[in-house]
Amino acid sequence: MSNHSKGRGLQAYAVLYLLFLYAPILLLPIFAFNSGTIIAFPLQGFTTEWFAQMWGNATLRRALTNSLTIAVSASVLATCLGVFATRASTRFSFPGRGGMMGFIMLPMVLPEIIVAMSLLVVLLGMGVQLSLLTVILGHALICMPYAIAILSTAFSSLDRSLEEAAFDLGETKWGAFRLITLPLVMPGIISSLLISFTISLDEFIIAFFLAGNEPTLPTYIFSQLRFPRSIPVIMALGTVLVILSVVLLAIGEYFRRRGNARIGGAPTGGLL
Amino acid sequence: MTKPKAMIECRDVHKYYGDYHALRGIDLTIKGGEFFSLLGPSGCGKTTLLRTIAGFEDISSGVVLIDDREMGDVPANKRPTNMVFQSYAIFPHLTVAENVAFGLRRDPRGKAEKAAAVDEALAMVGLKGYGARSAHALSGGQRQRVALARALILKPKVLLLDEPLSALDRKMREQMQVELIKLQRQVGITFVLVTHDQEEALVMSDRIAVMFEGEIAQLDGPEALYARPATRRVADFIGVMNFLPAHIVADIGGIVTVDVPGLGQVQLPHSQVSRANEDDEGAMIGFRPETMTLVGAGATHNQPRETNATIDEVVYYGDMTYYDLRLDGVARTDGKSRTVRISMRNVFGRDVQEVGTRTRLAWSPGSLVLFR
Repeated sequence: MSNHSKGRGLQAYAVLYLLFLYAPILLLPIFAFNSGTIIAFPLQGFTTEWFAQMWGNATLRRALTNSLTIAVSASVLATCLGVFATRASTRFSFPGRGGMMGFIMLPMVLPEIIVAMSLLVVLLGMGVQLSLLTVILGHALICMPYAIAILSTAFSSLDRSLEEAAFDLGETKWGAFRLITLPLVMPGIISSLLISFTISLDEFIIAFFLAGNEPTLPTYIFSQLRFPRSIPVIMALGTVLVILSVVLLAIGEYFRRRGNARIGGAPTGGLL
Repeated sequence: MTKPKAMIECRDVHKYYGDYHALRGIDLTIKGGEFFSLLGPSGCGKTTLLRTIAGFEDISSGVVLIDDREMGDVPANKRPTNMVFQSYAIFPHLTVAENVAFGLRRDPRGKAEKAAAVDEALAMVGLKGYGARSAHALSGGQRQRVALARALILKPKVLLLDEPLSALDRKMREQMQVELIKLQRQVGITFVLVTHDQEEALVMSDRIAVMFEGEIAQLDGPEALYARPATRRVADFIGVMNFLPAHIVADIGGIVTVDVPGLGQVQLPHSQVSRANEDDEGAMIGFRPETMTLVGAGATHNQPRETNATIDEVVYYGDMTYYDLRLDGVARTDGKSRTVRISMRNVFGRDVQEVGTRTRLAWSPGSLVLFR
């Protein structure tokens, strides 16, 4: 009896908790399709005008293109570098390994504003023109720790003798890596790409500091919040982004599970 | 008959890991077609030596020759050796057939010929028809067979096996031991096995190198190794051996006369003399449990010497009974009586003797080994 009522209490708590977390996100699509320009209840009527406006907005399209370019480049760069670093740190022991990995992981705990500021000072000092490229480099820097954290799990759970066996059977070192290691760590690589992509896509401070005149999605959204008129468009944009994130996450999880099933692992862990 | 040629030769091979001296001057010749074992406790360097032959480890100094070719800088993928790893290292994302065919990727033969070779290799290890299965769904014994097929399909001159049976349960292990021997006879190539299991080494090998701390302590056939261990440490490591303190009375003309409390005075030729451990105080006589016979209760024997003893403990094993005996005349040390273990086969009509029984022990000087 008491067990039952206790369970009720916890259940209610869990529901409230989830509501608190996700209600704001649920509001996005609601107001994105609301015909009123003021973000308030009661709702006025159904419209897709905000989506049309969003699509017609050239600056927004530019910001979106920029953000996607940055996110794709930064995630690919961070993941490639992450693969090299992780393989080196899990397979070989060399002097200064611990310190080196520590420095690579440092941006994860360093306040982003410090990273952004110091990068800006250095880049300006070197006379580098601020552009998308500088944002890509900055994002790769802050994505690396996450990429490595994910890839380390994939690499360290790999039996060392697998690659040796491939080498012993006549493959070259590169062939052994490509044919054996790479397919087995592929789920980790995909996870790393997705996480890095997400981190880069919504990153504000570094983009704000290092992008020069180029808008990215977060900096564009921030700049538009001053104009109440454009808030419904931002809501529409938010809705698209939420759907995109869910789709990406689902794809990532699908690949992770498939990879896991292929090597006979239990379907545990992961993001979902 | 011509002597089989040397397949693997190690000459004064040393290996350092930083300051750690893992291999301390290994001299070794393994003949073609031989089933050779490297036996020793963990950390003795046996796996390092195997990986040195495979080409996974560089040697610090010395020479390794395989099939009369110096291996110096030849990497593992260019050596005529293949390895079965302790973890089997089956590629989990490939099917059984893809695993077995992995080494044929650079083979110029056509698809059909390769498929036939894979089928043949799988049939050889008793996995006919398993080709399409995915590798991660296999049992331990099946993984081992796939690993064997994958290595043997390349027809290497030497197959290296790194503790291949240690992950299997006892029944499976014994079955695989026999299968490995048969397989080796069938393919006729040199097998080099690393194991810490002395029984496994005795069962399977033509010759065994016993290793301690990076050195070969003894290299012999299984029977010689068991009956005439070269050092007390080898004797301790392989099987059960009883030890009794001995006093050397004389050493004249190749015959050592020793006085052994409990057994009396014995004369042994130098062929029965081995090296004691460095920390041993004085000489020791050693003998195996099955070389002596408990007299009485219907046991017959033709051993020349007899000694009086009391049964201290009886351990019944079904097919065998172990008796711990106190020999008359053996001094008690530290308040405990020194006992020796004798094993007797239980045959129909012979009763198991009881604890406390006064009995006699029959033995031959030929079964003794003197460690000095």
